Amino acid sequence: MSVTLLVEAAEPSCYNRAVNEWWCTAYLADYRQELVDATTQHVVLTVSAVLLGIVLAFPLALLARRFGRLETAITGVSTALYTVPSLALFPLLVPFTGITPITVVIGLALYALTILVRSILDGLASVPDDVRESARGLGYGPASQLLRIELPLALPVMMAGLRVATVSTVALTTVGALVAHGGLGNLIADGVFTDFRAELLAACLLCVAIAVLLDVLIVGVQRLVTPWTRTRAAS
Amino acid sequence: MDPHPGGVVNVFADVWNHLATADSWTGRGGILDYLVQQLLLTGTALSLAVLLGLPAALWLGHLGRGGFLAVNISNVGRAVPTFALLALLVAADWPGIATFGPFGRAGIATLIALTLFALPPIITTTYVAVREVADDVKEAARGMGMTGWQQFRRVELPLATHLVAGGVRLALVQVWATATIAALVAGPGLGRIITDGFVNSDYGKGIAGAVVVAVVALALEVLAALAQRAVDPIPRTARRRTDVPPTTLPTTT
Repeated sequence: MSVTLLVEAAEPSCYNRAVNEWWCTAYLADYRQELVDATTQHVVLTVSAVLLGIVLAFPLALLARRFGRLETAITGVSTALYTVPSLALFPLLVPFTGITPITVVIGLALYALTILVRSILDGLASVPDDVRESARGLGYGPASQLLRIELPLALPVMMAGLRVATVSTVALTTVGALVAHGGLGNLIADGVFTDFRAELLAACLLCVAIAVLLDVLIVGVQRLVTPWTRTRAAS
Repeated sequence: MDPHPGGVVNVFADVWNHLATADSWTGRGGILDYLVQQLLLTGTALSLAVLLGLPAALWLGHLGRGGFLAVNISNVGRAVPTFALLALLVAADWPGIATFGPFGRAGIATLIALTLFALPPIITTTYVAVREVADDVKEAARGMGMTGWQQFRRVELPLATHLVAGGVRLALVQVWATATIAALVAGPGLGRIITDGFVNSDYGKGIAGAVVVAVVALALEVLAALAQRAVDPIPRTARRRTDVPPTTLPTTT
């Protein structure tokens, strides 16, 4: 016992309470599993929220486009929703969903939904009228016109919206720490309350890294599925 | 762990009890105390951000320079979690959690974070607003012999006011939300009621705090929309259809 104490006194690790360094490689090695788990939870929460947002946004956007009056209602409600801070939105969902990851996913999906509905509407509106008319003239029905002409042409604008939605969802997930499901946010909260700088900085950096990586991933997918935008830019 | 042993109805009853008790509103640490504190924080940070960001962005938009920076600052702002920045500021030696006048515990850290997060929406929308004033209008102004300053003051600024005010409005929403998050690092503001409630498993109190925060957020948004309409020198009916501003995607926290 006394031997270990002596060793520690001689060479305190950089995340020792007395040293408390911001950057500490020993911390990263010793707490690797905790960091991996939090990062995984963060990515899972973010991706499920964005996917749920996409699933809900498409029917809403199509309905809004079909019925003009509904568009005002949908954009109005989503703008109102967007003004509610996440720290207040999560508690408002708790009576229905409890202290579970579902609360966080639904809350985040609602925020993502706002951005996604808007960009789907903007994307569809960006399709030129003459293109639509040509499609009709070629005998496309409403459904096949939407799937094969309008959606592909709307992709660049919609993907831009998806990027914004994803990046802000990564950042917002941290607030889930309030209901104990915040991915890296849990580590940030712990870092603040135990004054543990190495943990705090590592979690913050990982969070930004996830946002950048997901953003790059979406840009990559976008380049793959819209090859025509590249040739146009090159010429 | 069951967060609401008595079921949904019971939680709502708790929320109502908390909101209907005079004690929850008055006194030190009451709702009103925190509300004043958060409004003060929001107002100060928004004014600071407007003073710092607006003139620069207006001028850059007029010159048409620095567009890359002005537009991308919003993307950077979105990727950095507000909570993370607040946490870093609070854990650092300076500003740390020192109390700052009427702004309360961790006042300086909160003010810095709020101002930083208010800047991107203001800078980006302002730059875009001035930049996007129709070219034929600018050319006509030049043709009339206006100097650069006159063109900015008498043509671009009035046409851009609607959008610029929209940017400040987005920033207001952002600042209010960030001020709420400050409570996650034990900072000042109404968020404290939410976090105190959740930390002590007093969900009624936590949700009551959330209701107050949400209601004030909506009220601020409505007031800001009215203010935006009031400062716009161009009547809405006179707006050309092509003048409809490009949708700026909002940010929240």
